[in-house]
Amino acid sequence: MVNLCGFHILFDCPLDLSALTIFSPISTSLYEHTSAAPSSDSLDTPVVGAMLETEKLLDRTNLIPAEPYYKTVERLHLWNASLIDVVLISSPMGMLGLPFLTRTDGFSAKIYATEATARLGQFMMEDLVAMHMEFKQFYGPNETSFLQLFKWEELEALPPALKEIILGKDGTELGSWMPLYSAADVRDCLRKVQTLKYAEEACYNGTLIIKAFSSGLEIGSCNWSLKGPKRNISYISSSVFSSGVAMDFNFQAHLGSDVLIYSDFASWNGTNCVGDENSCSSLVTGGDCSITGDNEYTRELNADSLLNFDESSEEMEKLNFICSCSMNSVKAGGSVLIPIGRLGIVLQLLELFALHIDSSDVKVPIFIISSVAEELLAYTSILPEWLCKHRQEKLYSGKPVFGHEELIKEKKIHIFPTVHSHELLMMWQEPCIVVCPHWSLRLGPVVHLLQRWHADPNSLLVLEEGIDTDLALLPYKPIAMKVLECSFLSGIKLEKVPPLLKMLQPKLILLPDHTKPYFAPLSESLPCLFYLEDETLRLPNSNNLSELHIATDLASQLTWSKMKNNELTISRLTGELFVDNGKRYLLAEKRPMPYEIRPLVHWGKVDLESLLLALEKIGVKGSIEKVKSDDGYGSNVLNVFEPGKALIQVKETSIVISTSDKSLASLVSDAVHTLLDGI
Amino acid sequence: MAIDCLVLGAGQEVGKSCVIVSINGKRIMFDCGMHMGYADHRRYPDFSLISKSADFNSALSCIIITHFHLDHIGALPYFTEVCGYNGPIYMTYPTKALAPLMLEDYRKVMVGRGEEEQFTYENILDCMKKVTAVDLKQTVQVDKDLQIRGYYAGHVLGAAMFYASLGDAAMVYTGDYNMTPDRHLGAAQIDRMQLDVLITESTYATTIRDSKYAREREFLKAVHKCVSNGGKVLIPTFALGRAQELCILLDDYWERMNLKVPIYFSAGLTMQANLYYKVLINWTSQKVKDTYATRNAFDFKNVHSFDRSLLDAPGPCVLFATPGMISGGFSLEVFKHWAPSEANLITLPGYCVAGTVGHKLMSGKPTKVDLDKDTQIDVRCQIHQLSFSPHTDAKGIMDLVKFLSPKHVVLVHGEKPKMDLLKARIKSELGIQCYDPANTETVSFPSTHFVKADASNTFIRSSLTPNFEFLKDEAKAMAPLEVRDGRVTEGILAMEKGQKVKILHQDELLTMIGTEKTEVEFGYCFALRLCSLKRVLPAIEEVSVFDENLLLSVLNMKLSNEVGLQDRVGSLEVNSFRLSICKNNSCPHRSNGDSDGSYEGMFFCCNWSNLDMKLAWRVISLLKNMDSSVDLTNKMPFNNVER
Ligand SMILES: [Zn+2]
Ligand SMILES: [Zn+2]
Ligand SMILES: [Zn+2]
Repeated sequence: MVNLCGFHILFDCPLDLSALTIFSPISTSLYEHTSAAPSSDSLDTPVVGAMLETEKLLDRTNLIPAEPYYKTVERLHLWNASLIDVVLISSPMGMLGLPFLTRTDGFSAKIYATEATARLGQFMMEDLVAMHMEFKQFYGPNETSFLQLFKWEELEALPPALKEIILGKDGTELGSWMPLYSAADVRDCLRKVQTLKYAEEACYNGTLIIKAFSSGLEIGSCNWSLKGPKRNISYISSSVFSSGVAMDFNFQAHLGSDVLIYSDFASWNGTNCVGDENSCSSLVTGGDCSITGDNEYTRELNADSLLNFDESSEEMEKLNFICSCSMNSVKAGGSVLIPIGRLGIVLQLLELFALHIDSSDVKVPIFIISSVAEELLAYTSILPEWLCKHRQEKLYSGKPVFGHEELIKEKKIHIFPTVHSHELLMMWQEPCIVVCPHWSLRLGPVVHLLQRWHADPNSLLVLEEGIDTDLALLPYKPIAMKVLECSFLSGIKLEKVPPLLKMLQPKLILLPDHTKPYFAPLSESLPCLFYLEDETLRLPNSNNLSELHIATDLASQLTWSKMKNNELTISRLTGELFVDNGKRYLLAEKRPMPYEIRPLVHWGKVDLESLLLALEKIGVKGSIEKVKSDDGYGSNVLNVFEPGKALIQVKETSIVISTSDKSLASLVSDAVHTLLDGI
Repeated sequence: MAIDCLVLGAGQEVGKSCVIVSINGKRIMFDCGMHMGYADHRRYPDFSLISKSADFNSALSCIIITHFHLDHIGALPYFTEVCGYNGPIYMTYPTKALAPLMLEDYRKVMVGRGEEEQFTYENILDCMKKVTAVDLKQTVQVDKDLQIRGYYAGHVLGAAMFYASLGDAAMVYTGDYNMTPDRHLGAAQIDRMQLDVLITESTYATTIRDSKYAREREFLKAVHKCVSNGGKVLIPTFALGRAQELCILLDDYWERMNLKVPIYFSAGLTMQANLYYKVLINWTSQKVKDTYATRNAFDFKNVHSFDRSLLDAPGPCVLFATPGMISGGFSLEVFKHWAPSEANLITLPGYCVAGTVGHKLMSGKPTKVDLDKDTQIDVRCQIHQLSFSPHTDAKGIMDLVKFLSPKHVVLVHGEKPKMDLLKARIKSELGIQCYDPANTETVSFPSTHFVKADASNTFIRSSLTPNFEFLKDEAKAMAPLEVRDGRVTEGILAMEKGQKVKILHQDELLTMIGTEKTEVEFGYCFALRLCSLKRVLPAIEEVSVFDENLLLSVLNMKLSNEVGLQDRVGSLEVNSFRLSICKNNSCPHRSNGDSDGSYEGMFFCCNWSNLDMKLAWRVISLLKNMDSSVDLTNKMPFNNVER
């Protein structure tokens, strides 16, 4: 949340999907294997950190068998929604919690997102709502919250891992749990979103110019540039320099901003970077593919290599690795389950799989199961403007931008809305490769397929690293199927951050407090400020003067007067101030001047003798009188007796004229003004 | 500071659109088209007028291409690859994708006609590599100062109007546009902006068109009639634009009428163009756009590629063939075969360039057409002229000019007599200066310029605080009080030697010159008799329970019809004027002898600064006149003040 020019701006409104793991999935006895294969934990399950060190071990009975609630951004519920003026959505993920906000009473903020983000976000939310229906059908129209199922003591007795998710580290997050929004809420939410193109100027309230620039993370995802009359701010969310799908990170657009809010925490692997003040991007994680193990990558990077180094080839290696692992499983007769939510990854994987399958002698079908997959894939082939250079080149040479369209036509890829769809049952064959949404392994097709395959040692599960895998897989234990955990580039690599920041030359950088150890030593070259979670950081007032644009006709009317003793020329300036498109304009007043022009401010000294003389010149006579000093009115007064009665007191910074005679009052004041400087 | 428009093409004509606009010294080329009617040097704009030394890279900041029609882009490969321009070129994504098809199609026709090749296929590809594609509304920073932005123009897929601004100067060049949506494209859309110059096309400067749908129905009926009688329909079009628009119409009609007659596209080229349209469906009308998920509207169901062997095959069919206007190539070949039969139909676009077969067919009802000295073709087939056009009509142009209300309008891309009429309308109906320069002429305008100054925070804050004014129409006694925000920005402009001009609040000026403000104040303390106050507030008799604040409120009520005073505790105030009950018998504001302790009345002390002189005296006289008799002051018994 940022306050700029008096406007409250909220960046992103995601859901903490990892919190979904506390609920138990709907078990379908259909797929339950009576004899579970012996667990091969040592081989497959990844090393789990702090979780296992607690005295209470988790098992699947600990999970909560209820209709899931969803966890929004910490403390967002404490905000008065009506105080938010602007919401900026950077990625489809950053949108999942938005319907909670838009359905709040009094919410009236303007929401901006790129066209592609809004559409992809809508697909995700629609899928979430559709998948959640399964729970609704299973548990019935239960109105009570899962939280009401617990007494406080029971909550206290939960295993610590679950308790922490429910309550948060300091036990204050109970309020951020919400029942899921409805499809109507989603539609309503999207109606309130104003969609933008990259680099389109949106003007909020005539004052703030808001622009989205590509961040490279996902199709349509963006960083923001906000320009007010006094400051311009850049907001950098998770960004990828060169992506194989989305338009590359446009960092040049953020050059030389006054304040740069750096909010890409993908590289802070292991540290708890969830829930910072601005974005609760719980799903971004970093590091490298755990199997390829190339995280020793420590190349010196200067600004040039920052721009030139092609990260996408490294990403391609990982994807190819996934493909070859998958092919091995298929050859062994197992199926491959790829529950990955990141569209860009999925699109690239589909193309690669087709290549791998073509070049091998195994023919294996690829099934995509998701309620929105068909429309989503169709949508990806009509947004070339949002894609990386290399995909755009395909457009120019008349080829489809993605391979999937052809593959679907060639019946190499099959799309089904659900696992129950009739077509799927007709087509179904194993082994196969299934791509479906992730949803923390609690919702949708992934649940059914995991229950089906978890005990098959030949099958393979490809997961994106970052979620608490142990907890996520808990309901499917014991697990015999292989698990491949892979992390994809989802932000700027840590070592690239300082050169990037140096190159962008912002006047001030805002970083979260936990990054202090890393950035504080660099503060000589980087002007950093650190902010704490949930705390307000007040920026030093900018000394920038606002620029004002004065219409030429007004400027030509000015009457200048030179100041006596220094080289200063001044003029009174009158006009109407307009704010338009983030610029302030002063235009000549349209209506005729109703009053005579006279100076509004005066300065200088008046002594009674010269006042007396000045008055005499215009026929006003009076005499100087000593007044007793104990009356509190200073020393001398001038008593006017002709043409009427008046009393003039001359004080340190004021001259007081007392009279009942209106015209005499003007006469005297004119005389006084001749003795003063004024403008 | 000025804006100059040098018209290199499409000045008082249609063809080779090219306008060089120089904004405060930076030069932009809008469109780089060629003229279809000429085969000599007149087909290209006279580029030598841009730079005598042919140093186009330093002469131009950028080139902007509005859409893929040849009269807007046809000379671009020549200009970049032959003339050597290397600077930035901007066009929308669809234009960048589709322009090479258009250019290559035309190049082939040229070569086919045995003309000298102006540029090669490689030239086209190299030229397109220099192009930066832009999205609609994307603000592109060409250099530090120059900004451009495209807006949807309808007309053809990817057509855009372009806005350009430099400093405070701004202008829009429309290219070709359509203000009404058609079957496959939406209507032009642009933001309201402050513009110095609007350069607009004026193809239909005097035509007012009715609904397009009726004309589309006419076309469909003509085609249907022909094929149901076993005839063949030839639709000569260029590869892109009209072909897809008509095809959407036919495909949809075929579906609805359950027709089985084949629809053909002449070459692979046009079929391939449909692929581009599918991917770029977001640039079409909302209705077509919405089809992407179910069945992309450009996935034509009833359309097949044409094979030359089908030319004389029996049975009805519909054939789209390039080029349009039957200027040569395959469409001419088909024309030769089909024109002699009465059963066949040829559709022609609304506009054909002089010299083409299409033009000859349009003029009158020829029974014979001479192709060259030796070849003559009998024309017995029916001719249907398409009367819908992707250009805006006169009403649309007027609407756009009115909406944008620029300071000046320049008309291009039209015919001189019609442009004159439109020019006169713009001047008389909208009161906007309007010009229609011929080719190679320049028109110049002053550009908007604002003087820039740094404003202090105090100044801005004071200007943003509302300043309510209470106005009363004195002529009408019963008129309600009018309150308005009379916010007038008042400040002081200070120029110090060697520093940027600053705008200060008056208080800051005093600090700056190291002095303090001297107030000129006025004071007047006067009495009102108890008896007149009693009329206002009867309870005033009981002096013991007398409440001063109550009295002031009641007085304020009395005055509220005339002036709006704010009721502060113990006083009534407006601006610098302040009125309170005065108990100080030695009040200096009382006239000599005006004060009297024994006098049965109340004293009211007023003070104000010279800014509110008029107001103060008005309030005072109102209060004094409450005693409806005569002026109180003259009647008051004067007693000396105890000192
Ligand atoms: Zn055109
Ligand atoms: Zn044109
Ligand atoms: Zn007094």
